[in-house]
Amino acid sequence: MTSREEQVLERVDRARRRKARVREEHITMAHGAGGRATQTLIEAVFLDAFRNPLLEPLEDGAVFQVPAFTAPGGAVARLAFTTDSYVVSPLFFPGGDIGDLAVNGTVNDLAVCGARPLYLSAGFVLEEGFPVEDLRRVAASMARAAAAAGVAIVTGDTKVVQRGRADGCYVTTAGVGLLDRDTRLGVARARPGDAVLVSGPIGEHGVTIMLARGELEIEADVTSDTAPLNGLVAALLQATGSVRCLRDATRGGVATVLNEIALASGVAVVVDEDAVPVRPDVRGACELLGIDPLYVACEGRVVVVVAGDTEGNTAGNTAGNPAQDALAALRGHPLGADAAIIGRVAADPPGLVLLRTAFGGTRIVDMLVGDPLPRIC
Amino acid sequence: MRFVDEYRDADKARALSAAIAGLCEPGRTYTFMEVCGGHTHTIYKHGLEDHLPEPITLVHGPGCPVCVIPMGRVDDAIHIAERPGVIMTSFGDMTRVPGGRGSFLDAAARGADIRMVYSPLDALKIARRNPDRQVVFMAIGFETTTPSTAVTVLRAAAEGLRNFSVMCNHVMIIPAITAILDSPGLRLDGFVGPGHVSTVIGCRPYGFVARDYGKPLVVAGFEPLDILQAIHMLMLQIAEGRSEVENQYARVVPWEGNPRALRAVDEVMEPRPRFEWRGLGLIPRSALRIREKYAAYDAERRFDVPGGRVADPKACQCGEVLKGALKPWECKVFGTACTPETPIGTCMVSSEGACAAYYNFGRFSRRRVRDASREASR
Repeated sequence: MTSREEQVLERVDRARRRKARVREEHITMAHGAGGRATQTLIEAVFLDAFRNPLLEPLEDGAVFQVPAFTAPGGAVARLAFTTDSYVVSPLFFPGGDIGDLAVNGTVNDLAVCGARPLYLSAGFVLEEGFPVEDLRRVAASMARAAAAAGVAIVTGDTKVVQRGRADGCYVTTAGVGLLDRDTRLGVARARPGDAVLVSGPIGEHGVTIMLARGELEIEADVTSDTAPLNGLVAALLQATGSVRCLRDATRGGVATVLNEIALASGVAVVVDEDAVPVRPDVRGACELLGIDPLYVACEGRVVVVVAGDTEGNTAGNTAGNPAQDALAALRGHPLGADAAIIGRVAADPPGLVLLRTAFGGTRIVDMLVGDPLPRIC
Repeated sequence: MRFVDEYRDADKARALSAAIAGLCEPGRTYTFMEVCGGHTHTIYKHGLEDHLPEPITLVHGPGCPVCVIPMGRVDDAIHIAERPGVIMTSFGDMTRVPGGRGSFLDAAARGADIRMVYSPLDALKIARRNPDRQVVFMAIGFETTTPSTAVTVLRAAAEGLRNFSVMCNHVMIIPAITAILDSPGLRLDGFVGPGHVSTVIGCRPYGFVARDYGKPLVVAGFEPLDILQAIHMLMLQIAEGRSEVENQYARVVPWEGNPRALRAVDEVMEPRPRFEWRGLGLIPRSALRIREKYAAYDAERRFDVPGGRVADPKACQCGEVLKGALKPWECKVFGTACTPETPIGTCMVSSEGACAAYYNFGRFSRRRVRDASREASR
């Protein structure tokens, strides 16, 4: 690399780290796409206005301590709290609907904080003219999903807006969960030498939604992967105490999660393209559409960073190796049967995700910019 | 995946790479331009430069349809989109291209009804479903996408649709290559020719590149091994002292092109006397417009458009990048003021744009990436 190129790239690095600023005068679709524009909006508007130590790490949920009044001796409980809104179109799609998506999404946000999800709230914005029968279907689906995840929907709210002012039905769920153990997870905790895993094939939800819209005239046998991950995460945390960070790879996909980890931890993440599980139908549809599956939303997959084989490893013996233990724990659960180690954390270049391509080259996997497809979760 | 995996085989790549290295004369460098943005995208996406020996440099040409759209045309399209009752449609990449008054995304946020489509026929569907609205398709692209626009106009005419029109921005590759070859101070040893364009126009039209300018040109496919093989074919021509047009992509590209597609285009469109290209300026007979016979489907006739020229921002050096005179990172605003999320120039918008491809996929030198990759394997 010439010294001039080096200087330019250092300048680019500085620019990537500078404080987020929203330049647009109006909200655009890009602000909801889950990539860099979303992150900028959250940091420059919401974080700026609400700033506090619990919000600042921008995790999927906030974890905080509350005194347990019934327990004498100053015992405390650690709770996780999260919220998410669902505006998916179409409302019903192969493998799920807005209802189970809304329950699973919030359950998963709590699970990746390391919490056992307990109670959910559900808020509905309904458009005048929306069929009551469809609402019943959504509610029944939410009830089933809640039962499957072992949570209860304990409070809610309903608003109706005039025809044309919403897209049928929007659902907002919030949830609280309890941290049973002294788990400390966070996107800023990844360290060089850690292993990076994903709990199953990626991109199924996003591709399902794209195809379900019927605009593409592509047929593929793909269903959404929407599922509650609390059982899987519990099994993982049970198996190893070396998990550094968990994230469910929703909007923006695995690529965005890995970038968040790389930036927050000041490390590089190096991924092997060959190791990333992608079902052939999903891969084929992505090829046709010119989309990278790494950026496509999942609703039932978790990205795991675990202290790698550089720690606690005995030569030639994979038992007691946290990465292998984590892999075995994930594969031992029905939702993690196809889990894989997809890469490693490295020291350099900090803040970047690199992909070793199947072709034998290496490239950057940057954060999603713009919105190739509107509203998929 | 059948028909894809075999063109991404790392072992075959290493073998080709060794063969290419074997053809390098000591002390000599080789510079090839990949004209097409699709090639640029593949090169960065698969890390293809990691397989090229040091003496070979690839420069990126003007073949990204989004990159060559001048700001004035974007403003004209937004002017139409903001007329009452209009639904503007275009491909996804177009939504972020900056004009003088922002992009389609900004216009949509101000209230314009702008919809992304995957094909002009989708725009036609929207027109059928919205008979009380005027649906406009902003057509962009080289010869690859032109026939589908032409067929859409023919279909709209056959159906007698009265609420559909096309803002035609289709451009032609041959005048662009000529402009590159004629630009002063350019040092190129050959061209990787655009495969998709050639499925329509064939290989014959490039004859002048080899004949009049003495530069070899190999029409190539879009898988990484296609491009590597095309480079090998270029190197062989140079080693053997030849300059010819060759077809690496024969599995898809017929030498004579697709006469049916060309007839449809000729029926609906005719060359404009001149067209402004971003960075390359006004090039005579380099773009197409809708013929008088189909005037009812010409958005520029139906809506009155200002047709103004808007100077590119002073800091932007897209023009130099498109001509291959500057590497993306050599631009003054690369990656700092101009990024994929806040593009100043069009080359930073589409994933086929040289700057966006370099920013998104290839921002680190081969050596540095290799070091990081090795560290991670330890």
